[in-house]
Amino acid sequence: MTNSTIVVMGDRAEYAPPAPERPNLRLGQLSLIAVTLFTFAFLYVPIIVLILFSFNSARTGAVWQGFTLSWYQRLLGNEALLTAAGRSLIIGIVSTAGSVVIGTLTALAMEREHFRAKAVWDGLLYMPVIIPEIVSGVSLLLFFAAGGIERGLLTLVVSHIAFSMPFVYLTVRARLADFDRSIEEAAQDLGADEAKTFWLITLPLLMPGIVSGALLAFTLSIDDFIISFFVTGKGWNTLPIYIWSQLKQGVTPEINAISAVLLLFSVSVIALSLLLQRRRN
Amino acid sequence: MDGASTPLHAKPDVEDSALANDFAVELRDVVKLYGEVAAVDHVTMFIRHNEFFSLLGPSGCGKTTSLRMIAGFERPTSGVIAIDNKLMGATPPFRRDVNTVFQSYALFPHMTVEQNVAFGLQMKGINKDETKRRTQEALELVRLPQLAGRYPKQMSGGQQQRVALARALVNRPKVLLLDEPLGALDLKLRKEMQIELKTLQHQVGITFIYVTHDQEEALTMSDRIAIMSRGKALQIGSPLEIYERPNCRFVADFIGETNFLDGKVIEVRGDFATLELPSGQTFVGRVSEGVRAGAHATLSVRPEKMQLLENASSTAANTYQVTVFSIAYVGSDTRVIINLGAQRIDVWEQNSSSTLNPDDYFFKPGENAWLTFKPENALVLAG
Amino acid sequence: MMNAIRERKRLQIFGLMFPGAFWLVVFFALPLLVIFVISFMARDELGSPVPPFSLDNYQQAFDSLYLNLFLFSLWISLLTTVVTLLISFPVALYIARSPKRWRNILIFLVMIPFWTNFLVRTYALQFLMRANGPINTLLQGLGVIQEPISMLSTPVAVLIGLVYGELPFMILPLYASLEKFDWAMFEAAQDLGADMRRAFLRVMLPMTMPGVLAGSILVFVPSVGSYITVELMGGGKINMIGRVIASQFGVASNWPFGSAISLLLMVVVTIAALVYFRVGRGERMAL
Repeated sequence: MTNSTIVVMGDRAEYAPPAPERPNLRLGQLSLIAVTLFTFAFLYVPIIVLILFSFNSARTGAVWQGFTLSWYQRLLGNEALLTAAGRSLIIGIVSTAGSVVIGTLTALAMEREHFRAKAVWDGLLYMPVIIPEIVSGVSLLLFFAAGGIERGLLTLVVSHIAFSMPFVYLTVRARLADFDRSIEEAAQDLGADEAKTFWLITLPLLMPGIVSGALLAFTLSIDDFIISFFVTGKGWNTLPIYIWSQLKQGVTPEINAISAVLLLFSVSVIALSLLLQRRRN
Repeated sequence: MDGASTPLHAKPDVEDSALANDFAVELRDVVKLYGEVAAVDHVTMFIRHNEFFSLLGPSGCGKTTSLRMIAGFERPTSGVIAIDNKLMGATPPFRRDVNTVFQSYALFPHMTVEQNVAFGLQMKGINKDETKRRTQEALELVRLPQLAGRYPKQMSGGQQQRVALARALVNRPKVLLLDEPLGALDLKLRKEMQIELKTLQHQVGITFIYVTHDQEEALTMSDRIAIMSRGKALQIGSPLEIYERPNCRFVADFIGETNFLDGKVIEVRGDFATLELPSGQTFVGRVSEGVRAGAHATLSVRPEKMQLLENASSTAANTYQVTVFSIAYVGSDTRVIINLGAQRIDVWEQNSSSTLNPDDYFFKPGENAWLTFKPENALVLAG
Repeated sequence: MMNAIRERKRLQIFGLMFPGAFWLVVFFALPLLVIFVISFMARDELGSPVPPFSLDNYQQAFDSLYLNLFLFSLWISLLTTVVTLLISFPVALYIARSPKRWRNILIFLVMIPFWTNFLVRTYALQFLMRANGPINTLLQGLGVIQEPISMLSTPVAVLIGLVYGELPFMILPLYASLEKFDWAMFEAAQDLGADMRRAFLRVMLPMTMPGVLAGSILVFVPSVGSYITVELMGGGKINMIGRVIASQFGVASNWPFGSAISLLLMVVVTIAALVYFRVGRGERMAL
């Protein structure tokens, strides 16, 4: 690596750096491995321990007293929990559908059209991503209170659309920016009018972006605690709000079980999205 | 350059043509402005039926914009375009009887080869059986019937290229537009495809309008070529005309290699003009349009059209004693650079006999020689 | 005819933009306007905003108590960002340099926490570090310690919680930048006489700056306003600005004051974002 000849560099995609040769390089590589291992341990030990203890029969403390599935069985009989989970699911589905449609339309306008004050909208569409959740939460709370709007399902859904739509917009817009316009021109060249070009070419090719935007929106909605906490009404617990209220009352192994289920859910969502991506490629 | 900017050969074309008013594509005084910049600047062209017509020029010369206006992706700022004698006006691309082979191929990545090729027929509402039959035929035409079920990503660049061709040709357009279709292929494949395209064009009998920046490609394939620069069509003619009788300095320089000798015209007599260099030597060449006695002009003489001799009569026309500056052996010929006063001139001598002894070549750097060429081998260009 | 086309185009743009613009204005801009107005109001006994309008809330916010809380929040968030960056860069680098198969697995492992419920993850960490949690139980069982170590309810616990929570949001954009990095450039720098350190500082770091900036903003912003982490890891003993805001809408019941602090927090974060956009020359955030 120290030779002074000018080497012609190979194709980047195929290019893999050669194995380290010098001792200090090997040291560098070793410390990279060490930091990486530490980081993954840091990320995963709490999660794994939590899942482990969801099978612990002890009611309190962290002493292992034997394997049990009873905490999971209890979840199935927990009315309040199931109701909250069902609500989260409904809000997730409805708000995802809403933000996908709105975000995609906005992305189409922002990426492809020219109109007045476009730069203003460009900045504004970034703001919900940047403003702290707690500020969005309290401002929505006061807005609904000032408007005399009763808090509940409706306020939850519109708020979830408001915070997840910009993420769908950004994802779809990124996909649109990479879009080879000559493919649409080819369709028109072959006799497809604007509408046919959109439905037969543009939309199918945008689908991977729309799907990942939808998955992001759905996850954001299902996971949201802060904003939901402020915009929900009395007796309108979503799943994260239910978990929070249980945590405030003290830890039970049941919460460990809920957490394990949610983890499993997240893993399957990612696996699904990766699978979809792979099938596209 | 200004004198050469009007398309000199456009008008005679119209008059010479046997079918004076029947063209595959006409561009009349077409202008395309992007803001202040004229991408296409008063271009007039008449493209005949079944012609292989190339638009050749450096990048940014307006050739692709011209093609896109014919396809309907861009609308001219002024001027008219007619396809098959019908004015296009604001006709959208999907109602024009032309098809395009895109530089990037623009194959639909989510459709198989067969679906790609059938797309145009489906848009026309042609029934299933005929669509299937014609798709099959088109794939056979480009020798890819075995790959009908593949997706574009699973194919090589050359194969994708052929799918793009089949997808356009299957619609039997009046005119096929090709935008640097071979640009992404490697040299060997490009040469093969050049021959294949030319053969294909004869076979299907469709007018091809071919955009390229590769002069060799244009010369090899075209019936006629339009040389474009800065939005203007400088010269339109057959490959032979363009190479042997360039009408301006840009065309002479762009196509092939040439030597330019700048001077003043001292006499124009019949088809020939005499030019005097600032250093005093005089040269005689064919006169071309716009050359006037007393005006500045350029003598253009191609390196292969001159000879170097050991002895010559100094009284003959275009014959001067010169000094050999450098010699390079390139296989088919030997490229010699000589000095005539301060002027450098390239002379290519064909290696017509086989030898392994480098000293067999007469001249060495620093030696004197006689340069000579016939007046009919040189052109005197205005400006 | 040209007018008809232009009119149709205008209608089309309106149709595309309207829903998004409507949502942004009504459920984002207007609520901010509402808290802006309320932040100048007083409160009644129930905490609801009433006139008169004054600057009292802002004066109160600049009290040493709240000012210190603000500075503390910024300091912890800055620390979180730096620590996260220092950990994440080598990790992202290692992943980017791994063989393709291995790389996909590692990225998948980073994505799981990225997509997992933040509340659940923070709870998992808190559970692990509790006085009667697995770490203490294990150490006591092994006889290393007699009494449980108290690991929670300290600023360091909050810092660990924030780093834990935000790590994936730093690793992913960094990885996206490093993956695009052309390793031949690193070697070209060495070939031209730069040692490892200088090749890193002069070539690699500048070229991966967009990822560094995107990751930093994605970590810094949620940290400043964090609530869940402070509540769970701080055990009610550590206060940060997000928790102050929440309490104004809960136990403290002072909506106007909560609005004022919210606005101040937003201003701080917006400044941070503007710096990012300026430095990053408006490059789009690598999400």
